[in-house]
Amino acid sequence: MVCRWPKCKVVGVFDLATAAVEGALIAGARYADARAMQSRYESMSARNGDVEDLVQRESVGVGVRALIGSSWGFAAVPDPSPTSARQAGRTAAAIARASATVPGPAVDLADVTVGQGSWASECLEDPLAVPLGEKADLLAGVTATIRAAGVPLAEASYQIWDTRKWLVSSEGHRIDQHIRECGAGMGATAIGDRETQRRSYPAARGQYGTRGWEQVRELDLPGNAGRIAEEAIALLTAPDCPAGETDLILGSEQLALQIHESVGHAVELDRILGWEAAFAGTSWLDLGKLGLLRFGSELMTITADATLPGALGSFGFDDEGTPARSVDIVRDGIWTGVLSGRDSAAIAGVPCGGMMRADGYARLPMVRMTNVGLLPGPHSLDEMIAATDDGVFMETNRSWSIDDRRLNFQFGTEIGWEIKNGKRGRMLRNPTYTGISPKFWGSMDMLGGRPEWTFWGTPNCGKGQPGQVGHTGHPSAPARFRNVRIGVRG
Amino acid sequence: MTAAVRLDGIAEQVLELAVGAGAEADVHVIAHSEGLTRFASSFVHQNVAEEDLRVRLRVATDGHWATATTNRVDPAALARLVDTTVAAARHRPVDPAFPGLAGPAPAAGTGNWDPATAVTTPDQRAAVVREFIAAAGGLQTAGFVSTSSERAVYANTAGQRLTGNSTGATIDGIARTGSSDGVFRLTAVRLSELSGAEAGAAAATAAQDAAGPGDLEPGDYEVVLEPSCVMNVLQFLGMYGFSARAVAEGRSFVRLGEAQFDPAINLWDDPNDEQSTSLPYDADGTPRHRLDLITDGVTSAVVHDRRTAAAAGTASTGHAVLGSEQWGPIPVNLRLGTGSGGTAADLAGQIERGLWISDFWYTRILDPRTTVVTGLTRNGVWLVEDGKVVRPVRNLRFTQSFVDALGPGTVRGVGSAGHSNSDRWTGGTYVVPSLHLASWHFTGGAGG
Repeated sequence: MVCRWPKCKVVGVFDLATAAVEGALIAGARYADARAMQSRYESMSARNGDVEDLVQRESVGVGVRALIGSSWGFAAVPDPSPTSARQAGRTAAAIARASATVPGPAVDLADVTVGQGSWASECLEDPLAVPLGEKADLLAGVTATIRAAGVPLAEASYQIWDTRKWLVSSEGHRIDQHIRECGAGMGATAIGDRETQRRSYPAARGQYGTRGWEQVRELDLPGNAGRIAEEAIALLTAPDCPAGETDLILGSEQLALQIHESVGHAVELDRILGWEAAFAGTSWLDLGKLGLLRFGSELMTITADATLPGALGSFGFDDEGTPARSVDIVRDGIWTGVLSGRDSAAIAGVPCGGMMRADGYARLPMVRMTNVGLLPGPHSLDEMIAATDDGVFMETNRSWSIDDRRLNFQFGTEIGWEIKNGKRGRMLRNPTYTGISPKFWGSMDMLGGRPEWTFWGTPNCGKGQPGQVGHTGHPSAPARFRNVRIGVRG
Repeated sequence: MTAAVRLDGIAEQVLELAVGAGAEADVHVIAHSEGLTRFASSFVHQNVAEEDLRVRLRVATDGHWATATTNRVDPAALARLVDTTVAAARHRPVDPAFPGLAGPAPAAGTGNWDPATAVTTPDQRAAVVREFIAAAGGLQTAGFVSTSSERAVYANTAGQRLTGNSTGATIDGIARTGSSDGVFRLTAVRLSELSGAEAGAAAATAAQDAAGPGDLEPGDYEVVLEPSCVMNVLQFLGMYGFSARAVAEGRSFVRLGEAQFDPAINLWDDPNDEQSTSLPYDADGTPRHRLDLITDGVTSAVVHDRRTAAAAGTASTGHAVLGSEQWGPIPVNLRLGTGSGGTAADLAGQIERGLWISDFWYTRILDPRTTVVTGLTRNGVWLVEDGKVVRPVRNLRFTQSFVDALGPGTVRGVGSAGHSNSDRWTGGTYVVPSLHLASWHFTGGAGG
C-alpha cells in the first residue's frame, strides 16, 4: 500500500487538498480552500527525578472552507482518500448553505498575492531525532537537582511539534510548509504551612521557538536548576510584596505576557468587529480611532512580525496563503494596526495582515497573533534599577487575568525584589500588579535595549469554539512603569 | 459491519500486535463527531463540522511504559503505532510507580446516547440559532449551538473490555444592549431539550435588566452567584483540591473528615446520572461511579486514578483523565446539592446589601493551597439592598479564596434547581444551583 503522507509525496497530498476544494466548488461554493496536514507531537515530563509521562501523537487530515454568498462552512476529515476529501468539500458547502439561512453582511476577501510557494522553518537539530533517552536524562537530571536542593516538588518538561501543511485554494494558492517548533522549561515548588511558592526557568510555561532542539540546549536547564530551587525555598519566608502605588520594573518574560494579553488580544480584528463577543470578548479599541489613539508612551512601538527567525509566531505563509509580513501595531505610542485575515480586513477596510492560523487540520483558521512584540529601547535593566528610588522589580509570570475588553488586568509574578535608592534589595513574595491598559502603557518611561531583547514564545494561547491552542511569539525587553498599583491580594 | 464492531476490531488488532511485541497494553478507540454553529452580530459567522477517529495506545514492558496516539487506522499505520510505542517505552527509564492495567470490571452502563443528537444537521443547529436571535427582540446576539457524539471502546491485555457512547448539545449565547450583556447557557444530552427561543429571551431579559450600569466602590459584599459562577468555583476546587495527587504533595486545601465547608454544601461527582455527557469509564479503563466529596460540609473523599490509588493503598475512583500521569486525577462531573432557596431572584430577595452576579470571567489561581483566585464579573451584575434590585453595576475585579467563600457559616441560601453546563476544558458536565454567600472580596472596577 502506498502511504499518502510520506515526505517525498508532496504532489499526492496536494491532490487531496485539491479534491476537497473541487468538492466545495462543485457543490456551489464561490471560494474554497483546503489544508492537508500531517502533525506530529511529542512531549515528556519529569517529576522529582523520574520521567512521569511521554506522549507521542500523529494526525493526518484535511480541513476545507467553503464560502457561499456571505456565509462560511468548514468541514474536516481524518486520514482522507480523494473521495472522502471531495466529500468533505461538499459537506463544507452544505454547512455554508446552513449558515446562509442566518446571513450577515456581504463578505469579500481582501486582495492578496496568490502564490505557489514552499517554506520550512530553520532547524539545526531535528528535535524528534534526538534520542528519547537523552531527553529523559535531561529532564530527570534537572528535577533531581532541584529535589536534592530541598524542594519537595520538581517538574520539567519539553514539547515538540512537527507540522507539514499543503494549502490549495480556488484562487490558485498551492503552498507547502514544514514548521518545527520546540522548547522546554522546569519549575521548583516549595510548600509551606499555608501556601506554595514556585520558581520556574526560563518561564512559567517554558521557552519555545520555531527552531530545532538547539533551542532547548541553549536554555541550559542544568545550569539554572539549583538557583530556582534556592529561590523557591527563600520565597516561603520572604516578606509579602507591599500594597500601594510605586514604580514597577518588569522582567522581559512578564512583559511578554503583558503584551500578549493587553495588546495582542486587544488588536485582534475579529474581537474588534464583535465576532468573539460571547466567548473571548471584544476590545476597548474603536476602529474609528485607528491611527489617532494614544495607546502608550512614545517608547512604545509594537509590531506583529511573522518573519522573525526562530520566534514561535513565525511562518512562511498564514493558513489563507498570505505571505508572512511585519505589521505596525503601535508606533511611537500611537495605535496604528490590527491583526487580521482576508475577510475581516476587507470588512474593516484595512490591508490584510496575513494572521489567519488554525490549530490542526480539523480547526477553522482564525485571527491569531504572530510575533507581537515591543521593539527594543535605549536603556538596560541595570540603568532602570539605578534610576529608581522606590519601586519593585517583578519577574516570571505566575497568574494572569484581564477583562473581556482587554482593558483591566491583574498579573502576579513568581518573585519580586524591592528597589530602594537605585539598588536591588529584599526578595518579595506574592507580587501582583493591576492597571488599565492605556494608562499603564502610557507610564512606561524606560525600555531595555537589543542586548536584553528576547523572543519569548507562548505555546498555549486559547481562542475559538471549538477551542484552539495557538503558538505566539512576543519579543520583549525589561521596562519601567511609573505609579502602578501593586500588592493586590484577597 | 457496524461502526461499533469496527472500533472493537481496531482495538483487538492493536492489542494483538502489542502482545506480539511482548508488551502489556491498553487501547482507547474513540470516534468523535462534532458540529458547532457560531453566531455574532446576529448572524452565523463560523460553522464547522469535524469527524475524527483516534487510537490511543499505552504499552508497558517490565516497568517501562509509553503512550502514543494516531488517527490513522489502516493496518500499516496501526503496526507502526505499536512499534513506535514499544520502542519509546524501552527507551525510557523504569517507572517504579506504574500501577499496572485495570482488571476486568463492568461499567454501570454505556453512557447517555441520543440517536437524533448524533446525526444533527447544520440546518437544525442553524434553526436553533435563528430562534435565539428572534427571541432576543432586536438586540445584538452572539454565541453558539453545538452538538457532539462520541463512540468509544477500551480494551487491555489484562482482560478489561468496555464500550461507551455519549451525546451532548449546548446552547451558549448573549444578548447585548450596548451598555450590557445578558447570558444564557445550558447543556443537555439531547438537542431537543434545548430551546433557542427560551435561551434568547432569557439572555435578552438579563441584558435589558443590566443596561446602564454604574460604578460601585470595591470592598466585601454578600453575593448571589448564578450557576455559571458556582460552576467556576467548583472547577477550581476540583482541579486544585480534590485530586489525591495534590493532597499527597501538600498542594491541596483538603483535610479529610473535617468540616471545611458550610453544612449546606453537598458535593459529589457522578458521571452516570441522566445529565452526564461523559463516557462511563476513565482513561485508565476504570468504571466510573458516583463519589461523594463533601457531605453536609465535611470533606469526605478525594479522587484517584490507578497511580494515586496504588500509592495510597486504595482503589481507583475512576477519575483518570488523559494526561493524568502529569496532572493527576480530576473530577469532571461535579454536582452540587440543591436547597430550598428557589431561584436566583428568590435568593437575591434575601440579600441585605450585596451583589447578584451572572457570570465570572478570566479567573486564575494565585495560590493553589488557599485557592485564592482573581477574576472579573461579566454578563450582568446588580446591586441589591433589602432584598430589592437597586441598580446594575459595572463589572468588578475580585480576589477571593474560593474555599473560604464556602466555609462554615458562609452559605445563606442554596437554589432549588440544578443547572447543567459543560466544562469547556475537560469536556465534563456540571450540575449546580445558585448560591447566596455571606461575603466576596472585590478589589476594583473593571473599567478603572
